[in-house]
Amino acid sequence: MATTYAGPQKSSGQLGRQRVVNDMSIQVATVNGSGSQSSNTVLLRSIFQMGVPISGKNLFPSNIAGLPTWYTIRANKDGYIARKKEIDMLIAMNAETAQEDVKTLAPGAAVLFDAPLALDKVRDDLIFYAVPYDKLVAAVCPEAKLRKLIKNMIYVGVAAQLLKIDFAEVEKAIRKQFATKAKAANLNLAAAKAGFDYAAANLEKRDPFYIERMDKTKGKIIVDGNSAAAMGCMFAGCTVVTWYPITPSSSLVETMIDYMKEHRIGPDGKATFAIVQAEDELAAVGMVIGAAWAGARAMTATAGPGISLMAEFTGLAYYVEIPAVIWDIQRVGPSTGLPTRTSQGDVLSTAFLSHGDTKHILLFPNSVSECFTLAQDAFDLADHFQTPVFVMSDLDLGMNNWMSDPFPYPDKPISRGKILSKADLEKAGGFARYKDVDGDGIGYRTVPGTDHPAAAYFARGSGHNEKAQYSERPDDFERNMERLNKKFETARSFVPRPELAGDGKAKIGIIAFGTSHWAIIEARDQLSQEHKVETDYLRLRAYPFTREVHDFIAKHDRTYIVEQNRDGQMASLLKLDIKPELNPRLRSICHIHGLPIDARSVTDELMMMEGK
Amino acid sequence: MGTTTTPTPPAPKTNRIGLQVVDYRGGKTTLCAGCGHNAISERIIDAMYEMGVKPERVAKFSGIGCSSKSPAYFMNRSHSFNSVHGRMPSVATGAMLANRDLLALGVTGDGDTVSIGAGQFVHLMRRNLPIIYVIEDNGCYGLTKGQFSATADLGSTLKSGVANDLPPIDTCALAISLGATFVGRSFSGDKRQLHTMLKAAIAHNGTVMLDVVSPCVTFNDHEGSTKSYKYVQEHGEELNEVSFVPAFEEINVDYDPGTTFEATMHDGSRLRLRKLEQEYDPTDKVQAVSRLMESHAKGEVLTGVFYINAKAPSFIDLLNVTDQPLATLPESMTRPSREVLARCMEELQ
Repeated sequence: MATTYAGPQKSSGQLGRQRVVNDMSIQVATVNGSGSQSSNTVLLRSIFQMGVPISGKNLFPSNIAGLPTWYTIRANKDGYIARKKEIDMLIAMNAETAQEDVKTLAPGAAVLFDAPLALDKVRDDLIFYAVPYDKLVAAVCPEAKLRKLIKNMIYVGVAAQLLKIDFAEVEKAIRKQFATKAKAANLNLAAAKAGFDYAAANLEKRDPFYIERMDKTKGKIIVDGNSAAAMGCMFAGCTVVTWYPITPSSSLVETMIDYMKEHRIGPDGKATFAIVQAEDELAAVGMVIGAAWAGARAMTATAGPGISLMAEFTGLAYYVEIPAVIWDIQRVGPSTGLPTRTSQGDVLSTAFLSHGDTKHILLFPNSVSECFTLAQDAFDLADHFQTPVFVMSDLDLGMNNWMSDPFPYPDKPISRGKILSKADLEKAGGFARYKDVDGDGIGYRTVPGTDHPAAAYFARGSGHNEKAQYSERPDDFERNMERLNKKFETARSFVPRPELAGDGKAKIGIIAFGTSHWAIIEARDQLSQEHKVETDYLRLRAYPFTREVHDFIAKHDRTYIVEQNRDGQMASLLKLDIKPELNPRLRSICHIHGLPIDARSVTDELMMMEGK
Repeated sequence: MGTTTTPTPPAPKTNRIGLQVVDYRGGKTTLCAGCGHNAISERIIDAMYEMGVKPERVAKFSGIGCSSKSPAYFMNRSHSFNSVHGRMPSVATGAMLANRDLLALGVTGDGDTVSIGAGQFVHLMRRNLPIIYVIEDNGCYGLTKGQFSATADLGSTLKSGVANDLPPIDTCALAISLGATFVGRSFSGDKRQLHTMLKAAIAHNGTVMLDVVSPCVTFNDHEGSTKSYKYVQEHGEELNEVSFVPAFEEINVDYDPGTTFEATMHDGSRLRLRKLEQEYDPTDKVQAVSRLMESHAKGEVLTGVFYINAKAPSFIDLLNVTDQPLATLPESMTRPSREVLARCMEELQ
């Protein structure tokens, strides 16, 4: 029942709609394990190569094959790349979800569907394009068993034709995607061309969406946050990585293995790094602590459940004062939660991870570029403060494709902090590990193997005095805890400063962090253009908070804390830190359904809370 | 070498690197008088001294418990890490990844090893990390006042008379089946055997797992306990007689392969096991485990070296890391060049 012509939609009334150029979201609904990732990447790249800013977000199930998965591409001439709530074009390839997918669309959206699904019977206020995929794929792929894999490339061709993407860009993207597999490249190219030609000959363009060439992606790269983090750690001079696989952090270490094997083999053919898959997260972080104690730059990557397991060990590292870099690629909790969905739900539990008075330095990258640069800051801070540093990424940042300027080469040398060498010890005669010599709360350490009889100290998680000797004396304990606190206070002026936007004159402030940033910049423009509501914006990049954060809250009548969790965790953390009389000025906008936060939701909720 | 000795008028006795035994001593013990653990600390001091190990090269590791306190009581010139309960193996593993030149010595207990730490113990053994892992095994939790541990024998009683009704975990059988390459059991009261085994352990490249029965004089040394001095003295059974010839000593006594097994260690030292049971082959895992099971059935405390494989690659060998410790690599080796970053960026365009 091949449909060769999708008849005009009687009541759609879209034919006269104004052209919408370089501003749309495209959702591809497929089944996971069907090879659609390659097709989606090719479509994304084709638009990117047309010079239009893009983002690609994979909304996938916690499953290997057979469950529904959606991929959303947003193209936007103004550079808004947060998830867009509304879908403008649906590519419906999954029979199981097709009806539901179509029902949720706003009137006027375009739908490309597999002809046998007969989706055009479901609604009459959408623009439908039926494509006989099976017939088209059979013509270009004689081998029946390969058809399933390249069928998805046909929709890339159809979409390219409808959106008026230059086919040369599609071809270039396919060649890049299958750079090492010539046969696969040719087969996929034929499939895309079949779709492109079919659409030209058989589909009448009735939707208003167009991609037109512009120049906003020149020199840019496309990469996911986990790969960017892996690169950042490699350039930070990381030497030991120990880990336990967990979604969505696994790809960080897996990519790092590839990068390190390529770029970190010494002239003797031996590795300048060790990467070890541990038996669980407890062992993974234990190894990090052992390695860092012995002088390596060591790290691990995990997600919420792993963070919970690392609680005991990170308390040890805090108290024994050992550097560690821990990436938390946050996913939805509590418990197993939604392992393949994004959140910022680990803020509070990580800030105070472990029993007793424990607190940690947290960094919040908002972009792939910051995954790269904050990786280096994380190692430097961990070494400088001799303490664990958590880099709080999330699934949206870690696993999705983002456009970025190329990453800058590190601008300062690797700094290992206060480590005493043999020569230092010869000069000084000895040292007291936990003595605050410089008034910043940070002691001097030695590493095992330092060839001096006074180099050794006894690292212990039990109570200790300045000389690292066992002590249960109240004064020793109190002094040590107060020094640790002083160290944390010192960190306030060393951690990355927040980023400020706005002229500082608005009455309303917005505070956000991490991936929420992309929704905020768009929401601020919506607020200004649609509601004449002006805002100032402070993007947090670290905990403990710097002075600017306090000033920002003090300066605004009310400040909205936007975050992707239920309980307003960052707002709570802020309330612990600011003057109590400022607490009533904070208002929470929380977003918890597991999909990346979008601007429209922020705008609507803020306006509602403003009582407008 | 020897830069740190302080000359005193009557030339003191020194080892081959010019250090005195005092250079291997630690702080004053806070364990109970008569605790087996103190004797083990003494044997460690003697073995390290005699082998001429530089204290600065040694890294001591422990978990939590009485046994795990003991690294404070020997080798003050060595770095030490008293970590968390049952998870010392991961800390030691990380340290060895960072610095392959270290000589790792883990001192731990039966609770630390096969109760809370069973998971990490299993994976340490499996990796064959270069480490000497000493269990000071007293069958009970001393620091929390004498509860049974998982190495307590079936039927062994607490001071209160309560009998243990679960079978013990045999740490040696477990270690052998998992991949440790030097496994033995000794007794804190057997000075000669333990001392010799420790010296051989220092020469081994891979995991040495020594289960040392070490009576708890306060909570588990009574009639009815199978981890008491008296019980071990009455039921001790030597599988083989252990002797050791370090690489730096000339070999002047031949051995008879019919009655003695010899293993050449990583550094050229020789471990010799005079067979007290003719058929026993210390390179046969199945026989080793079987003999251990038999000892449980008989109620004997079997000691000696049960299994040795001096040729297996260690975990560090498998990783193919640089000869220079990762911890001390210069920035030029750990931060790739601008050109590498440019290439990475180009690939992503």
